[in-house]
Amino acid sequence: MIRGDAKILLEVRNLSAKVAGVAILKGVSLTVRAGEVHAIMGPNGSGKSTFAKALVGHPAYEITSGEATFEGRNLFELAAEERARAGLFLGFQYPVEIPGVANAQFLRLAYNTIQGARGGDELDPLEFDDFVREKMKLLDIAPSFLERSVNEGFSGGEKKRNEILQLALLEPKLAFLDETDSGLDIDALRIVAAGVNRLVTPANAIVLVTHYQRLLNYIVPDYVHVMDGGRIVKTGGKDLALELESRGYDWVAAEAAAA
Amino acid sequence: MSAVLKNLIEQPYRHGFVTDIEADTAPKGLSEDIIRFISLKKSEPDWLLEFRLKAYRHWLTMKEPAWPNVKYPKIDFQDIIYYSAPKPKAKLASLDEVDPELLRTFEKLGVPVHEQKALAGVAVDVIFDSVSVTTTYKKKLADAGVIFCSMSEAVRDHPDLVKKYLGTVVPHGDNFYAALNSAVFTDGSFCYIPKGVKCPMELSTYFRINTESSGQFERTLIVAEEGAYVSYLEGCTAPKFDTNQLHAAVVELVALDRAEIKYSTVQNWYAGDEEGRGGIYNFVTKRGLCKGAASKISWTQVETGSAITWKYPSCILQGAGSVGEFYSVALTNHRQQADTGTKMIHIGPNTRSRIISKGISAGGSNNSYRGLVQIGPKAENARNYSQCDSMLIGSECGANTFPYIRVQNQTAKVEHEATTSKIGEEQLFYFQSRGIEMEAAVSMIINGFVKDVFTQLPMEFAVEAGRLLGLKLEGSVG
Repeated sequence: MIRGDAKILLEVRNLSAKVAGVAILKGVSLTVRAGEVHAIMGPNGSGKSTFAKALVGHPAYEITSGEATFEGRNLFELAAEERARAGLFLGFQYPVEIPGVANAQFLRLAYNTIQGARGGDELDPLEFDDFVREKMKLLDIAPSFLERSVNEGFSGGEKKRNEILQLALLEPKLAFLDETDSGLDIDALRIVAAGVNRLVTPANAIVLVTHYQRLLNYIVPDYVHVMDGGRIVKTGGKDLALELESRGYDWVAAEAAAA
Repeated sequence: MSAVLKNLIEQPYRHGFVTDIEADTAPKGLSEDIIRFISLKKSEPDWLLEFRLKAYRHWLTMKEPAWPNVKYPKIDFQDIIYYSAPKPKAKLASLDEVDPELLRTFEKLGVPVHEQKALAGVAVDVIFDSVSVTTTYKKKLADAGVIFCSMSEAVRDHPDLVKKYLGTVVPHGDNFYAALNSAVFTDGSFCYIPKGVKCPMELSTYFRINTESSGQFERTLIVAEEGAYVSYLEGCTAPKFDTNQLHAAVVELVALDRAEIKYSTVQNWYAGDEEGRGGIYNFVTKRGLCKGAASKISWTQVETGSAITWKYPSCILQGAGSVGEFYSVALTNHRQQADTGTKMIHIGPNTRSRIISKGISAGGSNNSYRGLVQIGPKAENARNYSQCDSMLIGSECGANTFPYIRVQNQTAKVEHEATTSKIGEEQLFYFQSRGIEMEAAVSMIINGFVKDVFTQLPMEFAVEAGRLLGLKLEGSVG
């Protein structure tokens, strides 16, 4: 939903970043207002995931220039955990396994940490159990999720659902969902998309990082950005995604090179 | 939450102070004269002096073991003080007469020496350098028929019991450090649980090394008669010195028919500084004998201290159907070295053993599990399950597993599982991206890793142990 007067959540200007000495982002600018759904598309290696990870504070990504503010605060002055508490979220493309830590325990710690930062009520294990089970029902997640170690031995689809469960629990103001559709079959995709749609409100925003148009049949974006060579080279509405589907990415790159 | 944790983690070793107390100290060095001096100081009977001298003469013929996976400069056994005791002001009749400086020391350490202030349900024997300072709840225990006192008192008041069992599980010539201990041991705890008695409270010994360049050589003996049960806890600390101190203890456990002994240790000796200067050499022999049928001995240890740890709490499963258990968390950081594990010796039929070992290495430390599972020819249907997991924090540390398995009976079933994992940047970032601080993340991962062992600890100890792990990992990530 686009409203020109909606509050600006994220403002990125001319962001450049490198990983292991290699420049990946070469001047990305993006403005995200409350209530909006953005999709960032582009070929492999174009810098989509790097963009999301650099903004949430992954230690492997070094910001070389540019700026980013979140609700007016300089993001790069905040540690990764502070950005999360401020309301940023990343749904990982490849969620890491954490053996020995029960998912229920992890989810509750995350929930209470975020609640604490917002001045909300923290939940004891019993209260949290009721709360999380409700959320799990909506996402069609088996109760055994809670007892298992975080992501350990999860299938690709289960890992993605666990990310969306965290999204539902933490209710961030701005969520990056990195290739959340990959590894999901069509039924799972529908459930996950329904879960995401339910979480979109006028007060928050979502940035989908995706390779394929498929997910956008279920979550309709207000803006579609094409990333190539570490820059956003084209921005359009939801129809751009369909055009990309039929024509591929090469023409966008060619157009950008010509401009 | 995070500020509290940070404070906790940034605390230096809390127990590193020295108590300025007048001590009665033997000259450095070891000889038959020193042994006679110790024996005389303690007014021991002749048979015990003989035991000591026999051990000493045997020790002279022995060589320091070179097989552990640890490195340290050669120990000069003539440069160690073998006896150091706080000088009593007068003969003590009650705790009120104990040197207040000494009481303050233990208060500072959080050790309950006053019964009225004590943790409900824990009796404590407090050992300072070479001697026992006090034992709480003696009367209540005596009413149940339980004897719990210092080894010196036991030699004086219950000589027959001590004579009957001392050296029966760890003989005087068992190994280099056990022989040394047998020659010069100064004090320790003695527990005796009579037939059919379930000890009404947890028994606990708290060890404190105070004098610089003194060794601590305590000897603990626990005997559980038929059908008896006891849970025993051991805690240790030492001041910070730049020199190394030697701790060579011997612990012997004897469980008769259907008796059960649960022995828990939370060890927090001074581990040396970040460059590896100072710290305790912990070379300890701990062994339990499941002598009777259906008896059970369970070792639980949380090893966080010591510059070097070298110990293998073991069970000899002699009685039919007896059970041995070993649960261990060994954490090493900075330059610490640990070579620790267990031995399960199955002799009787239907004996069972279980080994759960969790090694955590951080900094530039080295952590080895070394364990033996031996199934003798008569151990029909013996069972063993071993699980050895290692966790690495950072890339400068090392973890090794040395399992030895010897099976001489075809009906035996022996299982061994081992894993190695690493706390990586990606895992920590996953927590951080959900708002969780790195310290809380590490603590949650570590607690998950050690859970199977910590559930075996008595409650108060489990809390203390969890806190300790956090302290010890100060600055090892990020």
